[in-house]
Amino acid sequence: MHPFAYTRAATIAEALAVGAQAAAAYLAGGTELLNWMRLGIAVPQHVVDISRLADLDRVEPLPDGGLRIGALTRLNDAAQCTEVVRDYPVLSQAILKAASAQLRNLATVGGNLLQRTRCPYFRAEELLPCNKRVAGSGCAAREGLNDRHAIFGWTDACVAVQPSDPAVALAVLDAVIVTEAAGGGRRIPAREFHTLPADDPASDNVLVPGELIVAIELPAPAPRSAYLKLRERESYEYAIVSVAVALDLDADLIRRARIALGSVAHRPWRLDEAERRLVGCRPGSPEAIEAAAAAFTDARPLAHNAHKVAMAKNAVLRTLRTAAGMP
Amino acid sequence: MSIGEPLPRPDGRDKVTGRARYAADQEVAGLLHAALVGAPTPSGTVTAIDGREALATAGVARVLTAADMPRFGPVAPPSAVSKLPMQDGTIRHEGQPVAIVLAETLEAAECGAGLVRLTIEPAPFRPQGGGEVAVPPGIYGPVTFTKGDPDAAFLAAEHQHIAEYRQPSRHHNPMEPSATIAVWEGENLTLYDSVQHGYSVQAIVAAALNIRPERVRVISPHTGGGFGAKGFVWPHEILTAAAARVARRPVKLALSRAQMYANVGFQPNMVHRMALGAGRNGRLTAIKHEVEHVTALSDDFVEMATAASRGTYASPAIFTAQKVERANVNMPTAMRAPWEGPGLWGLESAIDELAHAVGQDPLDFRLANYAETDPATGKPWSSKKLREAYEEGARLFGWRERAGRPKRDGPWTLGFGMATCSMGAFRFPSQAQVRIKADGSVTVETGCHDIGTGTLTIFPQIAADVLGLPPDKVELIMGDTRLPQGGPTYGSSSTMGVGASVLRAAENARELLGRLANLPAGEVVMKDGRIGRRGGLGAGVPIGDALRTAGVGEVVGKGRFTLPGDAPFNADGEGTPHTIRTFGAVFIEVGVDCELGLLRLRRAVGSYSAGRVINPRTARAQMTGGIIWGWGMAAMEASPYEKKLGRWLSKNLAGVAIPVNADIAGDIQIHFVDEFDPHASPLGAKGIGELGATGVAAAVASAVFDATGKRIRELPITPGKLV
Amino acid sequence: MPDGSRSGAEYSLRIRVNGTDHAVSLDPRVTLLDFLRERLHLTGTKKGCNFGECGACTLHLDGRRVNACMVLAVQADGREVTTIEGLAEADRLHPVQQAFIDADGFQCGFCTPGQVMSAVACIAEGHAGSDAEIREWMSGNLCRCSAYPQIVDAVRAAAAAMAGKG
Ligand SMILES: Cc1cc2nc3c(=O)[nH]c(=O)nc-3n(C[C@H](O)[C@H](O)[C@H](O)COP(=O)(O)OP(=O)(O)OC[C@H]3O[C@@H](n4cnc5c(N)ncnc54)[C@H](O)[C@@H]3O)c2cc1C
Ligand code: SF4
Ligand code: FES
Ligand code: FES
Repeated sequence: MHPFAYTRAATIAEALAVGAQAAAAYLAGGTELLNWMRLGIAVPQHVVDISRLADLDRVEPLPDGGLRIGALTRLNDAAQCTEVVRDYPVLSQAILKAASAQLRNLATVGGNLLQRTRCPYFRAEELLPCNKRVAGSGCAAREGLNDRHAIFGWTDACVAVQPSDPAVALAVLDAVIVTEAAGGGRRIPAREFHTLPADDPASDNVLVPGELIVAIELPAPAPRSAYLKLRERESYEYAIVSVAVALDLDADLIRRARIALGSVAHRPWRLDEAERRLVGCRPGSPEAIEAAAAAFTDARPLAHNAHKVAMAKNAVLRTLRTAAGMP
Repeated sequence: MSIGEPLPRPDGRDKVTGRARYAADQEVAGLLHAALVGAPTPSGTVTAIDGREALATAGVARVLTAADMPRFGPVAPPSAVSKLPMQDGTIRHEGQPVAIVLAETLEAAECGAGLVRLTIEPAPFRPQGGGEVAVPPGIYGPVTFTKGDPDAAFLAAEHQHIAEYRQPSRHHNPMEPSATIAVWEGENLTLYDSVQHGYSVQAIVAAALNIRPERVRVISPHTGGGFGAKGFVWPHEILTAAAARVARRPVKLALSRAQMYANVGFQPNMVHRMALGAGRNGRLTAIKHEVEHVTALSDDFVEMATAASRGTYASPAIFTAQKVERANVNMPTAMRAPWEGPGLWGLESAIDELAHAVGQDPLDFRLANYAETDPATGKPWSSKKLREAYEEGARLFGWRERAGRPKRDGPWTLGFGMATCSMGAFRFPSQAQVRIKADGSVTVETGCHDIGTGTLTIFPQIAADVLGLPPDKVELIMGDTRLPQGGPTYGSSSTMGVGASVLRAAENARELLGRLANLPAGEVVMKDGRIGRRGGLGAGVPIGDALRTAGVGEVVGKGRFTLPGDAPFNADGEGTPHTIRTFGAVFIEVGVDCELGLLRLRRAVGSYSAGRVINPRTARAQMTGGIIWGWGMAAMEASPYEKKLGRWLSKNLAGVAIPVNADIAGDIQIHFVDEFDPHASPLGAKGIGELGATGVAAAVASAVFDATGKRIRELPITPGKLV
Repeated sequence: MPDGSRSGAEYSLRIRVNGTDHAVSLDPRVTLLDFLRERLHLTGTKKGCNFGECGACTLHLDGRRVNACMVLAVQADGREVTTIEGLAEADRLHPVQQAFIDADGFQCGFCTPGQVMSAVACIAEGHAGSDAEIREWMSGNLCRCSAYPQIVDAVRAAAAAMAGKG
């Protein structure tokens, strides 16, 4: 790690003031930032500790029935809070499948969305050809080992995936990410939060420097929702692919389906077309299977990750049934 | 008798309270922290090193390069490599140390290492998978072996099976990264080191630094797992000693997890080319097994995986051959379980396929081809109760009844598989002494190590039985090269070698004490802290009295375990009338979610014929750990190698999976056949630590085949291969 | 409040470790793990990876289990740290420590301090209700010696023993 100055912000205003300086970085749980500093992915001159900002570490009901999760809520606290378990099982499950019990006591919900790809070329302790590390240096994964990489939305400049589990759940919940910044805050739909490499392979999300996430707002409850995470190791591992599903049902027919895939693209990948076609279908029916399969006609697997397509397809079907409460 | 009792580990208290000290935990005043700078390319020449920026960093004391290092003396095994780094600019593999930053704090050292500017003239390199294939010299015995006429026998066989089985390079990843602290006092060097054999470090560091071995003391009371990674002596240990000498300060180097990938060894990738022939009756007529794997450019490492095919099944014709592929990689090394560990993946997979082709139950097929004598040499076994092990394992598992068991559980398709386990016997000489003091205290002293296998528990047990004491009255002092030279803690050898020397030392101490008490030799008995004459112990005297009466402060009994011809190493009892091996069978039930590609362990039974069990509790832990280790090999472990860049791609524990607690959901049952092997060691015991890890991968693949009909011939069996 | 305008500055902070207050001045780069190991010589907390990937460095920060390698020491200013050295009361082992000995829940012992600290928290959190739950909530602690089944035995037994005591 390179030397840096450290400030512990007491108020949001103070955080924004210091955070606006060049080469400043917010420190929430630190479970990403510390590793980036060790690897040279981030070299902040000023670290702004926001972990003790008042009132941002709790979950509160919203007047219109939704839920507001403070950005500094620890993952374990968010996942195990009664309202989340009851009304947003997909989010609770996604969080509890992330990282480990210890890490989830440090990691914050806001920080989680800002985690960067696990692409091993990007995370290497030496600089390897990687457009995310050094613009224009190329993408070693494109023609290298890319079994863990994207099947949707990639470009030759970057084939990485966004690894967050909670982000996939937030994408199906149509959550809103609430920010503050020196010039005023924003409300960003979770679906639009992460960027695709076509825009700029170096960028991960739409936040601007110094912008602070203060909360994540969940609209109406989604009690019929579920998360499925596939990996060779049973726990403490990132997904090969994951699926989040939220359903509204009329008896056993789908009134509205929201489906997102994780670890298949540089952002949680909503299956809009399949969602439309699933309306009126029964989970597990031939029509549902066909509708889900249609989502993969435009999948573009790389040299080593064709299995992700089959896994994701079957995972969607399985999770549709789970969310619907079917065996 | 405490041998055979499941006594708890005496090191427990230290380990659960954090008091047990590992190499990097030793407190040494005034030390400098070292951080290595590794070569970023797999080949080429370092033409310049600019340490100015690093030196300008607060806290950085020195930036050492090849120019600062002494010229090292020649080294040979047990040095892992013969060409030591930081002697010139040559780069032989990615990650090879090219500079060392020394600093007052760890933070400064690590930051400084990132600021050292290297100028490198890259050169073309040979990657793993693109190296030069060669027949290596026979380091651990001949690399080819022929019995009978394997080609003719194979061609004539009713049933023929030819297939290739592959496995990737894997790293040991012990939880404790290697660490060394070097402290010079004048010409004397003390190393606190993370090792499996301190005397190897003593000898090699002395040779490299051109000093006498007596001047080097290696202290290593606890090692946080080795699995082979700390068996040989690696360059960083020598570099740390040299750096401390140059800097005239104690130096501590703890390798980072990333540095563990290229600075200590790994188990090389392997292809097993198998050809088996059998008659109509299912009797094997030919076994052919060729193995090829990667090694470093500078030295040949030979993973003798073909040993499995020479020692497991009766066959009139056997051919085995080993090849290496020389490439710009760091040096591979032995890993739990060496030789048969990988070898049985190839052999047992092929046997399973052939059994199915012949139409026999895989267990019956193995019983039909049971080797009553050593298939390679025809020598009798020192002891072998594999039939009983098969039988009891099958019973515990319900193997014969498996057809009646459900094949589905929700989304899981269930499958059952089994394989034979076997390991050769690596034996090393060893010395120990047993000290009995007038105050009644007893110590066992031997320079071997605690890597968790149970040595701390069983050596006091062995001495206690001879001396008629409860084991908790016997203190064990280990982990220091000042002690009598104990054998190494690898190759599952310590119980046989070190254990036997402890036994002899205790017997010698008893004899010496008997002499003091004027008892006739051979009739001395010790019990309950007293010494007396056989049959007349009632008249015996307390140990302390015997010493005090004789006016002696202590007696020191010495014990040795030696090998035929005073050899430094003996494999499988070579040069003796018997072949020594351990045997067993592992039965596995897996669940496969065929739609999602998931593979999970549901239960396992391991049943072993492995000599006398000194402590069933620590022995069970070894076997359970072995099966879980085998599960890792089967289901997830691989160190991806980046061919274009010539490096390990993920040098961490997030990009390389090893099993976690949740993976081991099923019951693992362990059984040992009652057995005493008088030829392996006077204790009747043999090595067990690695046996449990053998056979597992093949049993898993066989269970996957049973569940899915898919035969997986390349490890690990990951979702991509199943979906 | 610690503040520094130029990098390289040290920060004064106060951390309570195993009941003892430590007022120190530190480079902000020092992690809680390295602070304990290199400054306080409390070496029971182990470094297995330094990247949050193994759990060997698990300790309790304000009563919750965390990976000490992922926390800057300055972040622990004003907080309370319990390490493996602070678990036993004088010579009386914590029930979880005793359970690890009784169940043979370790081999080399390197992962053990982290396992024990994790297990204490796992039980306190109410995540030791079944073997499956224990396994999942103890999966943040790798054990390469693979003592997993015995670790589950230890946590189950300790949870029962502690519940029995009320
Ligand atoms: C071994 C390991 C395994 C993991 N496995 C998983 C997994 O399986 N699934 C998964 O989803 N995640 C996983 N993670 C990632 C983990 O969940 C994230 O590291 C964590 O959520 C990040 O949160 P944090 O609070 O620690 O972020 P920090 O490290 O504090 O910050 C990360 C980034 O976000 C910025 N930031 C943080 N908070 C804010 C804010 N409120 N406003 C603006 N900027 C902010 C910081 O400046 C920094 O750039 C794993 C991590 C590790 C180390
Ligand atoms: S996929 Fe993206 S992150 Fe990975 S090497 Fe290519 S550019 Fe870098
Ligand atoms: S050392 Fe902290 S998790 Fe590995
Ligand atoms: S006991 Fe050795 S790593 Fe767990």
